[in-house]
Amino acid sequence: MPTGDQLAQYIFSGLTTGSIYALIALGFCIIHNATGIVNFTQVDFITLGGMMMYTFLLAMGLPLPLAFLLGVLAVTVVGGLVERLAIRPAKSRSIIVLIFITIGVSILMRGIFKIIWGKNQMALPPFSGDTPLMILRAAVLPQSLWIFCITVVVVIILHLFFNHSLIGKAMRATSFNPRAAALMGVNVNRMILLSFALSGALGAIAGIIIVPITTLSYDIGVMLGLKGFAAAILGGYGNSIGAIIGGLLLGVLESLGAGTISSSYKDVLAFVILLLVLFIKPSGLLGHGEKERV
Amino acid sequence: MVQGFLKGKSSFGLSILALMVLLFPWVISNPYYLNVVNIIGLNTLVVVGLNLLIGYAGQISLGHAAFYGLGAYLSGILTVSYGVSPWLAMILALAVTGLLALIIGIPTLKLHGHYLVMATLGFNIIINIVIIQWDKVTGGPSGFPGIPNLKIGSLVFDSDWKMYYLIWFFTFIGIVLALNLVHSRVGRGLRALHGSEVAACALGVKTEVYKVKVFVLSALYASLAGSLYAHYLTFISPKTFDIFFSVELVTMVIVGGMGSIWGTLFGTFFITPLPNILHFFDEYKDIFYGLILVLILIFLPEGVVVALRNRYLSRRQGISQTSFHGES
Repeated sequence: MPTGDQLAQYIFSGLTTGSIYALIALGFCIIHNATGIVNFTQVDFITLGGMMMYTFLLAMGLPLPLAFLLGVLAVTVVGGLVERLAIRPAKSRSIIVLIFITIGVSILMRGIFKIIWGKNQMALPPFSGDTPLMILRAAVLPQSLWIFCITVVVVIILHLFFNHSLIGKAMRATSFNPRAAALMGVNVNRMILLSFALSGALGAIAGIIIVPITTLSYDIGVMLGLKGFAAAILGGYGNSIGAIIGGLLLGVLESLGAGTISSSYKDVLAFVILLLVLFIKPSGLLGHGEKERV
Repeated sequence: MVQGFLKGKSSFGLSILALMVLLFPWVISNPYYLNVVNIIGLNTLVVVGLNLLIGYAGQISLGHAAFYGLGAYLSGILTVSYGVSPWLAMILALAVTGLLALIIGIPTLKLHGHYLVMATLGFNIIINIVIIQWDKVTGGPSGFPGIPNLKIGSLVFDSDWKMYYLIWFFTFIGIVLALNLVHSRVGRGLRALHGSEVAACALGVKTEVYKVKVFVLSALYASLAGSLYAHYLTFISPKTFDIFFSVELVTMVIVGGMGSIWGTLFGTFFITPLPNILHFFDEYKDIFYGLILVLILIFLPEGVVVALRNRYLSRRQGISQTSFHGES
């Protein structure tokens, strides 16, 4: 049995990675709500965020806040480009074809990353030193606090955006019923474009804040992204509160499992949990299930 | 009448395929090409099974590389570590994989859409990590060597061209079985299932049972191909069976055309050697691979073979067939 101190330690580190999963899961949800698809380029938005940060911060020597903003902005633009160049021109609206277009773009993007940044592992410095702070007798890296705080801020901003801004409301209307939204004068195509840009921004933020405690390479986003997808499914796909809960839960359970059972099977645990939840509740924790239409 | 027409066309196609398969090694004797065509044969076997699931039952699996890997590793472990004869190991591997597919399939196929995609993907990741981590049994990341070749009496399948005939024998049987299934009562039930699960259910098709059966069948195809792969290359490593291979398998289904068994052949012949061909572009190969995939999916979303067939049919009949496959 782990001691109380260890337990606190596991929970803190679980909440840290869980926040990242939550951000990524939100990105998956936003695009799912706008288009009904799983956007696998989300995985590469994470990597690209980290890579852009590396370039702006270390290669160009810009100050941290500016590098952060420019990094997020760059991936936001790339997110929009993915929609504009690969999703919108598609001749088929079939979900599986669109999903595989995003997989194709994902392979293409990783190919480009390899050319630009090479295959070597890189590292980014933490935002504010690496002397652990003691919180509730658990050693917490300052970067973990950054991750946690930035996630909270992002979630609050998203909440305000979707509930109190006209564009946010239009995006929600589109996700409920694109046809009705279009009849009300909402430019549905623009909303889909925006959702790709927005999830690009979310992926970038996740990548930028996690890289200082992991390493950076052209495929760093793959496992993180898939866990984010798992978190979104766990919470109930398309449900943003579910995505946050799913992310945090997955992070904490994974961390507890790695600490108490086996660290080499850490990734297995995350997906076993996911499968068990789905077998018991096929629509995820907060999902209503996908309705069958005749 | 339509039924007879399809059957006639199938047997014509099968004869052509059989002839091409038999003659190929006499035309091309370069062992490198034979090796590629052998891998294409194995992929075809997996993808034919997968296409039954995706194209006919309408269920997407991103986990079939795991079944392929299970077949390969079970064959390898049983023959090398337990001294089981290769053919018996192959049958045991089929039994175990089939049973596992049944256990996984019953709860998984209750899931819909993206939940199913995630569940199968998760299953693949679990199997792959277990193969990597359980190194005492599986050899871990460095792979599992020394798997014996298959043999019948004194005939040992130890060369590319001997394996060529064996692999394509199984692949051919696999295609014949799939075509038979598609044109049977079960096949019609499956297509009804693809069209609308609720409608199929209302018409008395046991959708749950059908889905699980096809899932298990497709896992058996993959397991068989995996066993053949293990005895052919005599060395297996976990990387061959990761989620990226699952993605590639589904790509072959889509590029060939969902629900087209013949399209499957095109899909595997086109996608399997693509990385080798693109190797010429060295570090740009991923970019080209991704680009080709994206362009095909954007402009020929129903699959190349199906697109060409529709165009041909519509020209012959003077009516547009595309509307059947379009946005309706």
